[in-house]
Amino acid sequence: MQVVTLPAGAGRTQTAPKLEVSGLDFFYGAQQALFDVSLAIPDKRVTALIGPSGCGKSTFLRTLNRMYETVRHARASGSVLLDGEDVLAMDPVRLRRRVGMVFQKSNPFPKSIFDNVAYGLRINESLSRSQLSEEVERSLRRAALWDEVKDKLREPAYALSGGQQQRLCIARALAVDPEVLLLDEPCSALDPIATAKIEDLLFSLSKSCTIIIVTHNMQQAARVAEHTGFFLLGRLIEFDRTQVIFTRPARKETEDYITGRFG
Amino acid sequence: MSYRYAARKAVNGLMFTLAGFCAVATASIVLFILGFLVWNGARAINWEFFTQLPKPVGEAGGGMANAIVGSAQLLLLATLFGVPVGFVAGVYLAEFGGRWFPAVIRYITDLLNGVPSIVIGIFAYAVLVLPVKRFSLAAGGLALGLIVIPITVRTTEQFLRAVPVSLREAALALGASKWRVVATVVIPAAGRGVLTGTILGVARVAGETAPLLFTSFSNRFWSTGWDQPTASLPVMIFTYAVSPYEDWHRQAWAAGLVLLLLMLAANVLARLVLAGRGACRS
Repeated sequence: MQVVTLPAGAGRTQTAPKLEVSGLDFFYGAQQALFDVSLAIPDKRVTALIGPSGCGKSTFLRTLNRMYETVRHARASGSVLLDGEDVLAMDPVRLRRRVGMVFQKSNPFPKSIFDNVAYGLRINESLSRSQLSEEVERSLRRAALWDEVKDKLREPAYALSGGQQQRLCIARALAVDPEVLLLDEPCSALDPIATAKIEDLLFSLSKSCTIIIVTHNMQQAARVAEHTGFFLLGRLIEFDRTQVIFTRPARKETEDYITGRFG
Repeated sequence: MSYRYAARKAVNGLMFTLAGFCAVATASIVLFILGFLVWNGARAINWEFFTQLPKPVGEAGGGMANAIVGSAQLLLLATLFGVPVGFVAGVYLAEFGGRWFPAVIRYITDLLNGVPSIVIGIFAYAVLVLPVKRFSLAAGGLALGLIVIPITVRTTEQFLRAVPVSLREAALALGASKWRVVATVVIPAAGRGVLTGTILGVARVAGETAPLLFTSFSNRFWSTGWDQPTASLPVMIFTYAVSPYEDWHRQAWAAGLVLLLLMLAANVLARLVLAGRGACRS
């Protein structure tokens, strides 16, 4: 990975972008959902995407790992580069091993806690039993869930609480060591305590992987993200350091949204 | 106002009573049939019934051991033939395929499901019996298998479709290929439902008589092979019930009772399987 030091005055090291999107248009059949979206997502940082419902932020997230392909007649055009490689032309199976995803509603498999975390490892590589256990433990630790589940790894995942299930889904995604982790409103169904746990987690995870989180909750974006993008009606209105977006946005639409005048 | 209220209340009460009556009537049909069978058949059920061959006309006693074993063999064959074909076809319809092709297959499957069993019987007779000029266990089993296929296709497809999209997405997002998702997530999550549907489907064909009349036919002795005529409970019931002998009538009732109890047992088993822990919910 290339590390670029910005000129003095910027005062901090900046890495090369992990994902570079330019001129991205997205269509559901004849209906256009994204218009000419361009942005560069920095490596090993948390980036938040905010905007009112239906603004296209989830659609944008789903183009980054091509999950939109499960929807018939959905198509994307433009350029999405992951470390310079064309995402839209890549084999989706290979892409998704590098770009993991956590969904709005926690969706553990109807299997044991252990088997949930081990799923990605089992389908992607052949590990010995002890290696598998090690990897599962490592992933559960990274997701800050190990201490709560270490004595019940063989119990069904559904027995966990909502917040634990969502962290289990994060552990499951982390197990395959993704370079990028996409989170689609991961806390929308959780209480504040569970939300706080996940937010802490995102911060520590950003040391080892690039995180992009879609959220409805502007405070959440302000708390966890270093950069924030604001979407409105399928367009990326503004993308900047979170601090800038929330204190002196360049665009009137952004200001109206973050001050609660609409949306 | 109060008149309209009273009228509305009266209609409500009437409809409620009527609906309740119909519900009770439906349930009591089953109880009535069961009671009738027990009343007429229970006397003929004894150890001999399950262990002995039919006695020649005129001799009292004897049993239907060959028909019980024959029915089991027929169902085994029908299951071995019909369930795998139907299951894989159901998986295809639920998970793969383009736009119009699955729709066509689904429609044809529904047609096959609606084909009267006697027509299936004639078909099996023409294709499997006439060329070799011999009734056989194999022909009967395959005929029943033809009935099992569409039932299995439909239940498999329905239970697979009931698996939440979120589970498929979770697996896809981990870099699983389509068939991996189906094999490791969708089918295990739907497994119980599919198994239940299969048990009920096989139980349904256990009572089919028409296709067996001209395929496996019947046999008063043990069947000597897959290519030989074989006795089965439904055909024995038919033969014995239309006979002029009092003793055979009783045995026909007994066979009916055994068949019904086996079906009830299959139903209970299916319910237990479905109610087992870890059913497919998200």
